[in-house]
Amino acid sequence: MIEVQHLTKRYGPFTAVDDISFTVDKGEILGFLGPNGAGKTTTMRVLTGYMPPTEGTAVVAGFNLLDKPIEAKRRTGYLPETPPLYPDMTVREYLEFCARIKGVPRGERKTRVGTSMERTRVADMADRHCAKLSKGYRQRVGLAQALLANPEVLILDEPTAGLDPKQINETRQLIKDLRGDHTVVLSTHILPEVSQTCTRVVIINKGKVVAIDTPDNLTSRLRGSETMYVQVDAMGADAGGALAGLPGVTQVAVTDTRDNVVGLQVESEAGRDVRRELAAAVVSRGWGLLELRPMRMSLEDVFLKLTTQESDAPAPSDVVAAEQAEVAHE
Amino acid sequence: MSNVLAIARKELKSYYSSPIAYVVLGFFALMFGFFFYSLLLYFDRQSMQAGGFAGGPTVNVNEQFLRPVFLNATVIFLFVLPLVTMRTYSEEKRSGTIELLLTAPLTDLQIILGKFLGAMGLYASMLAVTLIHVGLLFVFGNPEWRPVATTYVGLLLMGGCFVSLGLLISSLTKNQIVAGMITFGVFLMLWVINWIASFMGPTAQQVLNYLSITDHLDDFTKGILDTKHLVYYVSFITFGLFLTARAVDTERWRG
Repeated sequence: MIEVQHLTKRYGPFTAVDDISFTVDKGEILGFLGPNGAGKTTTMRVLTGYMPPTEGTAVVAGFNLLDKPIEAKRRTGYLPETPPLYPDMTVREYLEFCARIKGVPRGERKTRVGTSMERTRVADMADRHCAKLSKGYRQRVGLAQALLANPEVLILDEPTAGLDPKQINETRQLIKDLRGDHTVVLSTHILPEVSQTCTRVVIINKGKVVAIDTPDNLTSRLRGSETMYVQVDAMGADAGGALAGLPGVTQVAVTDTRDNVVGLQVESEAGRDVRRELAAAVVSRGWGLLELRPMRMSLEDVFLKLTTQESDAPAPSDVVAAEQAEVAHE
Repeated sequence: MSNVLAIARKELKSYYSSPIAYVVLGFFALMFGFFFYSLLLYFDRQSMQAGGFAGGPTVNVNEQFLRPVFLNATVIFLFVLPLVTMRTYSEEKRSGTIELLLTAPLTDLQIILGKFLGAMGLYASMLAVTLIHVGLLFVFGNPEWRPVATTYVGLLLMGGCFVSLGLLISSLTKNQIVAGMITFGVFLMLWVINWIASFMGPTAQQVLNYLSITDHLDDFTKGILDTKHLVYYVSFITFGLFLTARAVDTERWRG
């Protein structure tokens, strides 16, 4: 549905986006993840035809943005970083204007505006001027505008920015409901959002793609080894030493101690589940097993690892993530 | 075309839903009314004096009253039109709504023409205000209607030049005040540029006279429709809109 190839965007001497390539299949929700200034907004602006790329091509809904921008734009809904509202229009007037310029047929405008307002829960403010809306409503009116023409492709720049927790959940649900019929590209710096809503993630840093994968794969790939957290009431005995001797366990580190209770981080060979052995070892010694859980690397850790790497990221590919994982592991 | 009209409607609506349209129209009506009244007093005295002598000079309402009124009124447009055009692009760039327009399935030309027509709509409503005064003249006097009609044609074209130039300047900056000030300066320059014409050589004189926007209005107010002036105005407007399109496109590439 979206094909980006060797896209580069320079502002004067500054390179905002540096040779990135990725594709988005129909019905996917792609998360664009990166620190501020990584080039997320620039990439989205290129994809929506707001600005042409310096180099490279972008094809949206089958239309190259350089040859057939109007056709591509007709099939794209876009929510910019700041919702583009006209302060002196009411929400309804604004959406009707948007429907008109997006080429929604005259007979359908009223119903489209209505359903769009329903979906984004702004119908109660339909006759309020945009200037008088709260940040949360402004954001959702912007989203209503993007959904208006029922476009195949939706490009949402931080769709949940400025919303309260309840609205965030509603908006995420709305985006999830779009999956299948619509192809969605969204940017965010809220990590749980990505793991909750996206089917794939592109992590971008300093204008370069550092990883593309599913949220699950990213977190497991970067782990490299399995890590368990074990909390034991060892009654003064050396729990760490005992567990380190178990088959498959590579390393044991004490993370916290309180009275007789010891918290341990147990690393084992990759792919080997040592939970049963750990439990058996603790119980057979007559200690109390207070807690035993796998430590998964959160997307947050993945993100930090990938974007705070000192060394230059090599060519963007799926392998990158694995390579960087090794570096991180050493 | 429907896209152009959608933009034009939006522009016109935004003038009328903010104080801009009312301030502009109110100020214009006040100034035009004053010009009309003071020149009427002057014309009144002239015709009294002319009536004093039998077989003396005759007076002409069109030549001696309406013409000066409208030529003076162009000064008001000079002041007011920058206020109308300065926000057209600047405001959209500042508030980010330009992103909506540029990512909608619209061509740059449709957006520019829409904005041009929107501003022309407000300008036309200013001209509509003057119909009240001219109407009164037809009720109480006996002016010729042809020179009046050509005057309106000329005024519409002259306003078109101001608007297309204002649009161009607004497309170059994010700042409304800067846009307004530069627009005003350029208008003023184009208005007075032929003042020095009589001190120049014959070629320079011709060029300077040709450049003056208001100079071309003169024949229209006399009731003359000269293709020379029509070509000047229409090409001025087209060139202004063309440069605006280039400016918008350049901005897009630069990012």
